[in-house]
Amino acid sequence: MAEPALSPRLAVSVQEADFDVAALQQQLLAGAREEGAVATFTGYVRAAGARQAVATMELEYYPGMTERSIEGILQEAAGRWPLLAASVVHRVGRLRAGDRIVWVGVASAHRAAAFSACEFLMDYLKDRAPFWKKEIGPDGPHWVEARSEDNARAARWKDPAG
Amino acid sequence: MLKVLFFARIREELDCPGLELPWDPAVADLDALQKQLAGAHGQRWREVLGRDNTIRAVNQTVITGNSPLRDGDEVAFFPPVTGG
Repeated sequence: MAEPALSPRLAVSVQEADFDVAALQQQLLAGAREEGAVATFTGYVRAAGARQAVATMELEYYPGMTERSIEGILQEAAGRWPLLAASVVHRVGRLRAGDRIVWVGVASAHRAAAFSACEFLMDYLKDRAPFWKKEIGPDGPHWVEARSEDNARAARWKDPAG
Repeated sequence: MLKVLFFARIREELDCPGLELPWDPAVADLDALQKQLAGAHGQRWREVLGRDNTIRAVNQTVITGNSPLRDGDEVAFFPPVTGG
């Protein structure tokens, strides 16, 4: 697919603080009036963990590499679809069941690119960005294992989809 | 000098967030470094660093297979990622 005339606005934030999805969507649109479509995804900490009921979760990351890794994934999305803007916000530190954990937003002229790029970003983020979850519940702390389903979802995008 | 970092389960199991090693031309690639680390700190390190699903990154880029190292590199060992 053709690249957009201007390079898209790409943004990454890895933070402990919660985020406001309405404000993030507004920031995504800031400036241009070309957007016909915005697709967003918000992920939450599930109360039902992989092994046990989860009261809290600790998210570890690799400062520097995590941000670079997400930037690389955003660049790859921008190379595949004609995006106007794309942002990823990912929380780290201690979170509780029901808390927001990740937000992905994509703006494009049309919905197809926005939907696809948003799903691609989440799939690659889960498969590649260096974050690690530790669930803490009644049975004590335990590191979440990577899931082969997540690898498979990311692998679907190996054939260029744009 | 090499800066070595460990994350998540590996960091906890080794009880070590990382270490700095003086540059040694005999430890000039990833496999040699992992072998050296696994061998020099007792059974626990041998076991934890012997797992074949360990991901390795050099200067914050994931490396598949072996890779030469240079003085000043930052090397990280971590388990498969589980964010999102």
